[in-house]
Amino acid sequence: MTRRSQASVKRTAPAAGAAALLEQTWRDPPGLVGWLSAINHKSIGRRFIVSAFGFFVAGGLLAATMRLQLARPDNHLVGPDLYNQIFTLHGTTMMFLFAVPVMQAMAVYLVPLMIGARSTAFPRMTAYAFWMYLFGGLMIFAAFLLGMGPDAGWFSYVPLAGPDYGPGKRNDFWAQLITFTEVSGLLISIDIITTVLRLRAPGMTFARIPLFVWAMLVTAFMIIFAMPAVMLGSTMLIMDRLVSTHFFNYAEGGDVLLWQHLFWFFGHPEVYFIFIPGLGFMSAIIATFARRPVFGYPAMVMSIMATSFLAFGLWVHHMFATNVPELGKAFFTAMSMMIAVPTATQIFCWIATLATGRVNFRTPLLFVLGFFFILVIGGLTGLMLGSVPIDLQVHDTYFVVAHLHYVLIGGAVFPLFGAWYYWFPKITGRMMDERLGKWNFWLFFAGFNVAFYPMHHLGLAGMPRRVYTYPADMGWGPLNLLSTVGAVTIAVSVLLFIVNAVRSRRHGAIATDNPWGASSLEWAAASPPAAYNFLAPPVVGGREPLWEASKDVGAPTYVTGLALDVREALATTPLDARPDHRYIFPQPSIWPFVSAVATTIMFIASIFSPWAIVWGSLLVAVPVTAWFWPKRAETEKHLALEKRP
Amino acid sequence: MSARGLTCIVAASMLALLPAACDRELRKLSKPQSGGPVPAIGDKPVGMQPGQPGPGLQETSSARTYDGQNAYELNQGKRLFRWYNCGGCHAQGGGGMGPPLMDDKWIYGHEPDQIYDTIMNGRPNGMPAFRGRIPQEEVWQLVGYVRSMSGQASPAAAPGRSDGISASPAEARRTRENPRTTGPEPPVKTP
Amino acid sequence: MNAIQNALQSAGPQAAQIEQLWWLTLAVCAIAFVPTLGALLWSLWRAPRATEATPADTAIVSQPERRTRSVVVSAVVISGIGLAFLLLASVRTDHALAQLPLEDALNIQVTGHQWWWDIRYDDPDPSKIFSTANEIYIPVGRPVVITLLSDDVIHSLWVPNLHGKKDLIPGQTATMQIRADKAGTYRGQCAEFCGLQHAFMAFTVTALPAADFDAWRAAQLEPAAQPTDEKAKRGEQLFTSGSCMMCHAIQGTTANARMAPNLTHVASRRTLAAGTVANTPQNLAAWITDPQKIKPGVNMPAHHLPGGDLDALVTYLGTLK
Repeated sequence: MTRRSQASVKRTAPAAGAAALLEQTWRDPPGLVGWLSAINHKSIGRRFIVSAFGFFVAGGLLAATMRLQLARPDNHLVGPDLYNQIFTLHGTTMMFLFAVPVMQAMAVYLVPLMIGARSTAFPRMTAYAFWMYLFGGLMIFAAFLLGMGPDAGWFSYVPLAGPDYGPGKRNDFWAQLITFTEVSGLLISIDIITTVLRLRAPGMTFARIPLFVWAMLVTAFMIIFAMPAVMLGSTMLIMDRLVSTHFFNYAEGGDVLLWQHLFWFFGHPEVYFIFIPGLGFMSAIIATFARRPVFGYPAMVMSIMATSFLAFGLWVHHMFATNVPELGKAFFTAMSMMIAVPTATQIFCWIATLATGRVNFRTPLLFVLGFFFILVIGGLTGLMLGSVPIDLQVHDTYFVVAHLHYVLIGGAVFPLFGAWYYWFPKITGRMMDERLGKWNFWLFFAGFNVAFYPMHHLGLAGMPRRVYTYPADMGWGPLNLLSTVGAVTIAVSVLLFIVNAVRSRRHGAIATDNPWGASSLEWAAASPPAAYNFLAPPVVGGREPLWEASKDVGAPTYVTGLALDVREALATTPLDARPDHRYIFPQPSIWPFVSAVATTIMFIASIFSPWAIVWGSLLVAVPVTAWFWPKRAETEKHLALEKRP
Repeated sequence: MSARGLTCIVAASMLALLPAACDRELRKLSKPQSGGPVPAIGDKPVGMQPGQPGPGLQETSSARTYDGQNAYELNQGKRLFRWYNCGGCHAQGGGGMGPPLMDDKWIYGHEPDQIYDTIMNGRPNGMPAFRGRIPQEEVWQLVGYVRSMSGQASPAAAPGRSDGISASPAEARRTRENPRTTGPEPPVKTP
Repeated sequence: MNAIQNALQSAGPQAAQIEQLWWLTLAVCAIAFVPTLGALLWSLWRAPRATEATPADTAIVSQPERRTRSVVVSAVVISGIGLAFLLLASVRTDHALAQLPLEDALNIQVTGHQWWWDIRYDDPDPSKIFSTANEIYIPVGRPVVITLLSDDVIHSLWVPNLHGKKDLIPGQTATMQIRADKAGTYRGQCAEFCGLQHAFMAFTVTALPAADFDAWRAAQLEPAAQPTDEKAKRGEQLFTSGSCMMCHAIQGTTANARMAPNLTHVASRRTLAAGTVANTPQNLAAWITDPQKIKPGVNMPAHHLPGGDLDALVTYLGTLK
């Protein structure tokens, strides 16, 4: 389908009547089968965001149960067996089923809109990735409800998670969940990278890519480099457990610490690919509500890239308590300190933006300001953990629990909630309620600090993490109770968010196309956007397309000449976004869904028998073949287009 | 059926799983209030044995009994097999001074009750009696594990490979032997 | 909050070094935090207010903002200097931790088990080696080298008042050097998640003046006292002929298994079940009868002993000072 494009960029808007035809071409088919066949990036993105939020709530309920158990010493609300499953599933859910996927979900919805495209590059693959993610998440929760939730912690250290000390199938479900999320995460990353590199609006050169898109691009690359490590690790783990390999058996030449290296080589970058999208939300929201572009665009982009590189050099700071040579430790301490520089740079740039802008205090901005307070504390405690001697004291204590929640909730969840308030009008066409939003923010902010700040003190006072209870005479009771009060406050604030979202979706004020007066391209589409996103795909002439006049004097402002009755779009060159060729997107199809079902059957069956990989591969081959089977009618249509000039 | 209907069905079926908790994965950490009856087994030691049964340990009906398809119980059995040095005679199941435990031949029977009897009361020619030495519930755990050595437990519940040097395949990877009782060897006649 | 398990109440040079570094780092971090948040609040306070309708300020896009740039660059440079300072301090402390003088060091080997600590006092003279469990005694002012091993999964030894933690990894040997300069009892507990009873895998380190330590050591080297009265004799018989000896050892009797804590001087210990309950006859009886109730998941089985036998066993164990 690649034909050199010939002057497909015009200066005129398309004719009236084109909208109806485009809608017909790009919409998802009706009915249940149609719903399961949907491949439009906005349908998949919406489902993805809602599912991830569902897992966030489920993970939150698990956390609330833990906080109730720890509210007083010697509590017997849940026993050690259930508690271990709960904290393992809480961590696993929040990291693998919420934090990473929700960022990718936001990207699936927003990136094509922000770069003026009509779809993600591989829409069927996007759908497949979403279903894989959903089925994996449902599998692990089904296992938990059936009393076989994983119980070795979200990083499943061997030998505790291995065959000798982790009887039953509990940790096999964990290892297989990793496989599900890997498949999903890697596919979405490939999708995002290709989308950003090839489908940007003409004129959107590298120097004009919105900071959020930059963040998602860098994140996608990080996922591609980091995730194979844990995929290897979890595959070795399930093989040790299922077919008696000896990867982690020291007596037969394996190594216990190998697991930790593999896991943290993924696990530490993971923190950053949760955090970097958060930085993207920050930049988008701050620019809009400070009414000026973010200060220091080149510094911001370089900082994101520097963070992504350095993130791969500090995994050992999770392992300082094992036998690491002195010089090695000094290197990883240095890396842990150095990574603070790009983050500090971005924080200073945002403060400079706010200082020189004119500030519009709305709910999204409040969440962003919450980020500053919380993340800066989290970042500074991170420096402490990066220092070997201090880490030896506070490692694996509640200090770490406090730190990681300050970083992840402050660095990712606060900007994410801000992002939900910010893009809700774009996604639903209605505004969220401001008053409820402010209550939501203040309760979340207060509850968060009440819940997690005391944990710093608990950690220094010797409370290790992952204990299901503690003796009364340790004196940890009062601060734990306070922490539980904070957790309940967070729960109330999230409930307010749900109420706000559900009510606003029905009864909120109707949103205009650009309700916040923002600068990026998604605000040029309708609210909610039509199936085809843009009636005429835009041509970009500057970094802030909706704010400034095009700098490319004489350049056209729309792309025209694309077919209306076929899913045709203009692909551009990776660096300069010059028109390159016309590309025809695939039609909706049920086969990605069926393939995901088949893959799920294979993955779950392979927990119980290695032979499932053999017959499961055949099972998966059938729908995947059907998925890629060429259709005569489509090919003819494409050939007909070939003949056009 | 709408998408929302589908979502509701998925959510409802997830919750429906709750009462169907998996017995294989259960961990009964504190003993149940009322246990099953203790199977009727001859309580007199049989024949001569090198070890003397210990005094004092009472057998009660409230103790846990046999659960040969529970992963945790089987794994505990495996640990006790190591702790009590069963391997000293039986090796890792392949047998040595004592008979192999991973084949299809059972001198005194493969039924849980029979194995319980063998451990508790001992057998002629070397198997000591462990009555009074090993508490009842641990004996049942050992019974489950010993059966898993010849593939009598489901592969989903039987232990995986050990963290150690393994001479034989993991219990979960053993082929299921078809057990048959061979009876004791006839005594060698002296001319 | 309790002082006996606290990283900020150091009782020895190692923990003191770390504590110093902690306060220094905290100060530097506070110096970074206050101006950053101050700058943010100040910016928000003095920035003009706007609404969605306010036209965006795009004039600045094409012209460099020199003043802002120099402020941001200086802030980044200052942060860099602060970080370099912290790095230097951290590496220096780390170096100092490795330099604890080890002349005349006491050698102890600690093996982690699910969920208790096996403690062996090493000596060049084999007759002076002995084992105990969950309670470490060390002399004040004398360095101690602890060798760390694990019998099953990964554990982590941590006595915050004396030093940071070190993992006990199966298949590997690690060491840890500590010294207590203040007499006292310091509590620690396993810091690496190790299964069902991770929460109750505690231990204590008691630092005694040299003379007291030597006396303690001499007492520990003694085999168990021979029971004198009938009840205790019955208890000993129960112990050595029943199920206890399958896992436990008592020096001077036939019980010498090493699966569970060595009980030679169990009556001299403060707690039972690795710091779970106080060592009283009532708790001991309850522990023997139904350990799962006290520590669910523990590998100690329940023992259904007739009342008189239980009493005799508890009495006998009570004589093992």
